[in-house]
Order: sequence, then C-alpha cells, then structure tokens
Amino acid sequence: MTQLSRRSALKRTGALAATALAAGLLRPADALADWNKGAFESKTVADALKNLKIGAAADSKDILIRAPDIAENGAVVPVEIQSNIPGTRAIAVLIEKNPFPYVGTFDFAAGTLPFVALRVKMGETSNVRIVVATADGKFYAAVKEVKVTIGGCGG
Amino acid sequence: MIRTLALCAAAAVAAAAHVPPAAAQSKPPAVERDATTAEFEKFRAVLEADNPAELFEANGAELWKTPRGPKNASLERCDLGLGPGVVKGAYVQLPRYFADTGKVMDAEQRIVHCMVTLQGFDAAALARQPFSNETRTPDPVAITTFVAGQSRGMKIAPPQTHPQERATYAIGREIFFYRAGGYDFSCASCHGEDGKRIRTQQLPNFTRADEAIRSYQGWPGYRMTGGVMHTLQWRLWDCFRQQRFPEPGYVSDSLTALLTYLAVNARDQVYKGPGIKR
Amino acid sequence: MADPMKIRAKLEGDVLDVRVLMAHPMETGQRKDAAGNLVPLHFIQTITAQLNGKPVFEAETSQAISRNPVFGFKVKGAKAGDKLSITWTDNKGDKRTDETTVGSG
Repeated sequence: MTQLSRRSALKRTGALAATALAAGLLRPADALADWNKGAFESKTVADALKNLKIGAAADSKDILIRAPDIAENGAVVPVEIQSNIPGTRAIAVLIEKNPFPYVGTFDFAAGTLPFVALRVKMGETSNVRIVVATADGKFYAAVKEVKVTIGGCGG
Repeated sequence: MIRTLALCAAAAVAAAAHVPPAAAQSKPPAVERDATTAEFEKFRAVLEADNPAELFEANGAELWKTPRGPKNASLERCDLGLGPGVVKGAYVQLPRYFADTGKVMDAEQRIVHCMVTLQGFDAAALARQPFSNETRTPDPVAITTFVAGQSRGMKIAPPQTHPQERATYAIGREIFFYRAGGYDFSCASCHGEDGKRIRTQQLPNFTRADEAIRSYQGWPGYRMTGGVMHTLQWRLWDCFRQQRFPEPGYVSDSLTALLTYLAVNARDQVYKGPGIKR
Repeated sequence: MADPMKIRAKLEGDVLDVRVLMAHPMETGQRKDAAGNLVPLHFIQTITAQLNGKPVFEAETSQAISRNPVFGFKVKGAKAGDKLSITWTDNKGDKRTDETTVGSG
C-alpha cells in the first residue's frame, strides 16, 4: 500500500482541496483504500463515472487525444492526452468497450504540465474517453475512436 | 538432406568463386503503400521509441557479465567473432566461420556455445524450452537481445571470405527455395516475390537486396502479442511450423544457413537494433 | 524484487520530459497459462513521481494498462542536477523505486 498520502503530497489550498475532494477524482488522505476499487470494478462507463463522483462533463475541444486511428495490436495502444483547459488538475481515462472501462486517473501538481502518455489494452474497437477535472471542481470530456485489429485483453 | 545440399553447395562453390548477389532490381518494389500499412508503421515507430525490449537488453547485459553456471564464469571471454569479449558490432558480422568449432555459426548459436563451453551449462537443457512465454524468457534470448543491441545503427556485414561461409550461403539459398511439406511451400512461396501479404501483414521479398533487411530488422523483437521477447531462432521456427514443415532444431545448422542467406542478402543495410513485432 | 525501471528524462528549457518504462506483467486475470489455469490478477495500482522529494505526478491505474508499461509526463521548473524518483506499487503489495539525476539536456 502506498505510504504517500495524496492530498497532503499534492499541496493545495483548503478551498481547492475541499472542492477537489468533493469532485472525487483526488483521493482522500490517509484512507486505507486510496485506490478507487468501485470505479475500477465498474462494468459500464456510467457506473465508473458515478464511482469517480464525476458529474456532468462538458465536451471540450481543448482536450487533445493522440492515439492511432488503427491499432495493429490492442495489447499496446499508445495514447497521449494534453489538456489545454486552464486549471487542469487530473485526467481520467476510460475505454468504453473494455470489460472494465475505467483505466486510471493521473494527477498533476501545480508545476506539472497537464499531459500524460500511457499504453493501454483494448479488447476491441472502442472510444477512448477522457475526462479532465479542473481545480474549480468542473469536468470536461473528449472521445477518440481507436480501431483495433487484434484484441489485447485476454490470452 | 543437409549432406546432399552440402555436396551440391560445395560443387557450386568450386564452380563459382564469388557469391552471387541478391537479385538486383532496377525499379523499386511493387509494394502497396496502403493506408493501413502506413498506420501500422507509425504505430510501431511510437512503440519502438520506448521499447520494452530494452528491459530484456538490460537483463542480457547482466547475464553477460555475471559469473554463472557449473563453472561459475561470466561470458566476458566469449568470442562472437571479433575477439574474446568484443560485443560491439558482433551481431551484424554474423553468421561467420569460427576456427575453434570449424563451422559457420550464427549469433544465438554462438552464445549458446559460449554458455556451454565457458559456463558449463547443458546444451540439451537449453534446447528443451528455448522460446519465451509470458512468464519466462530463456537466458539465451535475453543475451542475444543484449548482443544485438550492441550492433544498433550498424550495417549488416556478414563475412563471405571463408569458403565455408560461401558454402553456407549457398545451402541457405537452397533451403529458402526448397518446396516441401503438405502445402508444398518454401520460404520463397511467401518471401520470394513482390507484393505479397497475409491479411494485414505485408510480406517482404527477401530475395531483393533492398528488402532482405526486413528479415533482420526488428529482430530480436518484443512481440506485442503476449508481451514476449523473441529472436530469429523463434521466428524461423515459427515460419517452418506455419509451412507445416518438421520443426527445425534449436540453433541447428540449417537455421544458420538460412540466416546466412538472409544476412548476406541484407548486406550494407543499417540494422536498427531490437524492435517491436506484432 | 522487480526489475529496474528505465527512466529517460530530457530537459527542454525548464520542462523535464519524462518517459518511464516499467517491468511488470500487468496480468488481467483473464489469461490462461499452458495448463489452462487462469493466471491471477497482478498489476501496478499506484504510481508516484517526485522531483527533489516534492511530489509532481501521481496515478491510480488498472490491469488494462499494457504489460511492461510506459508512461510519460512533463514537469516544469526542473534543472540539471535535480533528482527524479519514481515509485510504483502493485496489488500484491510489491513496490519498486528508481531514481535518476537530471542531465544538462
């Protein structure tokens, strides 16, 4: 279990911390279950978003998703996300058609650029859905479809 | 079969003192540059920028210098053709003739030879399960990946100065064109003509000087399917299997001959090091 | 203990462009081994990165991250000589920390 307490580690002002906690994307300090089991075990995007306490997310053209149009192998799909929305604090990644759509959340300290590159497993052609959380407690979303020729989840 | 081919090859070598080059082509290959192929090339380039193969290269480097085996020795005295312990540039100058064994050897075959003679490992044990799976990468695979990485950016340059090196090339060519098995396939059935493909994968023509490099490029390769590290020993074995041929022996001389044929055809092309494969 | 990570940290001006390659099977729990048995879930759950001891990047992740994961992130205000440290923990309680010192870019 990680010994880093995320809330104290990524220092924020009291107001932002409260808003961020309410937003649910930044995990509570000292909680034994830092890792959002409910979201990770959700089988639908809707359930995952509910567990992440993500409310209505406005579509945004300021979230840039760089991913292949066609992935040769769904086992290793490279995805890069850049958020140009001011005050971005976290980026959440979901793959709509995966058995468990929620893939993870990336939190940024004040001096870290709102950018992340990752490689994901995709079981089949699907939308990659990105949700951005900003410091003022708002959410924004964007999607990109990635076609998959060989599924990458199982054996 | 090998002995007959050796006799044929010896006769061929006696008759012609120089190695015939791969078929020279006056125009570029009739390769479909379709959108899917272009996408896949971009896809692999992104993954190769941070290649999990590097993890196996690092493991291989450790294995190279760690004293191991019944003789508790490292591989640092292993001669890959450029002198004991010289790893840089060795991979692209293989296969080649070795005086101490009196035969032409390829990279992995030579590495296994060093593991046996310097470290005391058992050859039969190494041959039992020589290919990687999701949970296990055999030591020769990691070491071959390390050795290959030390030739990154260098031109493919297997020597063809010794008569046995030339004879081995000729045998390799015979094997490449040899049709057999239930499907009456040869390597050339898929890799001997321009413009062939299997589903989404283009099949390079290895008889062309400008395409033969694609037999070597990216091998050893981190295969996305399964996330496993594979060398050319696996790739050739898998080709034989798909042609419904009997399986070639691990690090057997028939594979050395094929590898010699491919490497000589790919002469002067730049090898980019371990890559990513489907 | 797990194999070491490979950390590449390139300084472009004062932005540190970090790419980290981790050695981890990232088993989904869906894969069957040669004997036909399901291989249990085994995957990285948290990642944290610190620059000179100050947390700069954190993540919670699932088994849908690829085997032998690669992540990239960018930290502003870095300079040569800074210490970058990256830690992961997995669902079996294993963890791994690797460090690198920022070069002059």
